[in-house]
Amino acid sequence: MTDRKTLITSPYTLGAPPSRPGETTDYGGKWKEQPEDLWRPDPTKCSSEDTIPHAAGLVRVLNDKGEAKGQWDPKLKSEILIEGLEYMMRLRIFDDRMIKMQRTGKLSFYMRSLGEEAVAIAQTMALQTQDWIFPSYRQPGAQFVRGRSMVSMICHCIGNTEDNVKGRQMPVHYTWKEGRFISISSPVGTQFSQSVGVAMASAYKGDDEVCISWLGDGTSAQGDYHYALNFASTFKPPVILNVVNNQWAISTHKNLATGGRTFAERGLAYDIPSFRVDGNDFLALYSVTKWARDRAGAGLGPTHIEVYTYRTGPHSSSDDPSVYRPANEFESWPGGDPIDRLKQHLINNGDWTDKKNAALEKKIDAEVMAAYKEACTFGDLASGPYPPASTIFTEVYETVPWHIQEQREELGK
Amino acid sequence: MAKMNMIASLNSALRCQLEKDPNIVIFGQDIGYFGGVFRVTDGLQKDFGAHRVFDTPLAEGGIAAIAMGMSLNGLRPVAEIQFADYIFPAYDQIVNEIAKIRHRSGGEFSAPLTIRTPAGGGIKGGHHHSQSPESQFTHTPGLKVVYCSNPYNAKGLLTSAIESNDPVIFFEPKRCYRGPFYGDPHKVPTWKDHPDGEVPDDYYSIPLEQARIVRQGEACTVIAWGTMVHVSEQAIKNSGIDCELIDLQTLVPWDRDTVVNSIKKTGRCVIVHEAPKTSGFGAEMSASIQERCFYHLEAPIHRVTGWDTPFPHTTEWDYMPSPERIAEAIKKTQEE
Repeated sequence: MTDRKTLITSPYTLGAPPSRPGETTDYGGKWKEQPEDLWRPDPTKCSSEDTIPHAAGLVRVLNDKGEAKGQWDPKLKSEILIEGLEYMMRLRIFDDRMIKMQRTGKLSFYMRSLGEEAVAIAQTMALQTQDWIFPSYRQPGAQFVRGRSMVSMICHCIGNTEDNVKGRQMPVHYTWKEGRFISISSPVGTQFSQSVGVAMASAYKGDDEVCISWLGDGTSAQGDYHYALNFASTFKPPVILNVVNNQWAISTHKNLATGGRTFAERGLAYDIPSFRVDGNDFLALYSVTKWARDRAGAGLGPTHIEVYTYRTGPHSSSDDPSVYRPANEFESWPGGDPIDRLKQHLINNGDWTDKKNAALEKKIDAEVMAAYKEACTFGDLASGPYPPASTIFTEVYETVPWHIQEQREELGK
Repeated sequence: MAKMNMIASLNSALRCQLEKDPNIVIFGQDIGYFGGVFRVTDGLQKDFGAHRVFDTPLAEGGIAAIAMGMSLNGLRPVAEIQFADYIFPAYDQIVNEIAKIRHRSGGEFSAPLTIRTPAGGGIKGGHHHSQSPESQFTHTPGLKVVYCSNPYNAKGLLTSAIESNDPVIFFEPKRCYRGPFYGDPHKVPTWKDHPDGEVPDDYYSIPLEQARIVRQGEACTVIAWGTMVHVSEQAIKNSGIDCELIDLQTLVPWDRDTVVNSIKKTGRCVIVHEAPKTSGFGAEMSASIQERCFYHLEAPIHRVTGWDTPFPHTTEWDYMPSPERIAEAIKKTQEE
């Protein structure tokens, strides 16, 4: 059972978040679950029943002292961990720069991944380069792992003349086929059920590819979430389905969105191996995703993962969470900060220093600044230039049909 | 050439495509082993394998979603929605995802898929086995919308729909699966004696965006699609007026030149569809025609349509446009 707080229980039950502004949230200080609690089953022999404890519990690798412990330790080389740390730092610095751009009118809108940087980065690093990424709006970090240029990303967010989606989508709605990063769309959850189809096509063609997708705790109420699990359960394609439970869907706390048990446990009813993992623990996320990749690669089909984390920032640049939750609630989240935790782990191991960290931060900051300046040479939201108005009419269909051509001529551009 | 009803000709189109393109997969509710509730996919699983022709769970939203996902990853899916009335759980996937992916991704991705769905009334199907929701898709940029009317054009149009690199919503008038319908429910003709029941066994296609002139005439242009093509044909016969009958076949994008040239010739127009009148595709046709042909029109454009009510069960013959109502509208265009 989850500890669900309720506002009322009569005439019907309404859930409530742990606390509201002015109150203090007590998440219990530290996780009661420990890295040694859960064993790592063989991904090629595991049944969904074998993961019952994993779906109710919490897969961890980094303990409270920052040590890697237990069977889930992926035993990664320090170079890989430093690479992961760099991607996460890059994402955070990039996000900060984009928010500044939004505040100064150079972007219309922005969504940060603050506190959730490990999710897409660790998980994408655990995959193969041929695997498909089908993200929601809080997984842009996967693009860093796959090597997308920051200039290209910023040009998209601005919607300027170099935006590869030609100013048609809001910021953060990235598309990048070269990196097998499928287009993000605003309707929440639609990518989840589509990802099952992407994976079915890979299986049909006999390609060694996996598709990974994510949605949020709030979105898991949508039909698309359940379509995805049921179709994945029925056809068993190589798909990794993640519910990023960051506690909040704008102002809707997960206690308002479901009366169910853990999100991970839902997968068990579909006979899909299911794990609940500390989403701020880079190593645990990497390890569970690698497990799912190994299983899918062996032809054994889907894995369902609840990524247990906390949305540290607002939903978007249009949101003010201090209106509906304590402004400092994130400080009491037992998972802490994913970047700090990985950094501390590396320092503990003697593989990293504060000095190196500061130097890396400075280097990334300069790179982000340079990318931002270069991107703005192709236009910013305040002063343009924008893609030509003719792009309104193209790529609606493969070729422009007569009625759209007539309308284009009517606009006269 | 073989004698085929529309079920057999659609089956033949699917069969030709499965033979021709290994990336074609066909799926939907009851369409695999059983061959579909209307038998359109009969025998395809046996002949082409269960990995290419398969049954899905009962979830239209999921069917549309996996079709999109497969098409993003190089396949060319043909999904069946068992009745057009049940397409709405898939509406978000179709309207927000399938229709927009090419545009929203700057052309990096596209969804070359076809959704086949039986539509229209005349089978005592009540509210939820009779609707004709074409205008709920013609209003969505990014989709092509096709409505076949006989065995010959069903095969040719479905072939083009599947081969199109754009997503196509393909409506099949279920009343006409086994024979044309001339508006008299007591007569059940078959396709055996109809020239459009002659269908080549081999591959052929009919271009989308091309209307078909069913009958040439001088006095009035009647535009229809689906079952209403045959009802209109009967109405024209009954009226004794020399009408030109156009089977629109593709609604988006519709065949501007054929329609405009015909109305410039006749100066009169009646549009017939089963769907409700308000915001039906006839409204779009009527507005477009007056924009393009106003100075050639000799009379107001008339629409004969289903009523703006839910589709009824036992009283469906009073709901669907009848030869009498259509003939009356044709006569009005001559008198005004």
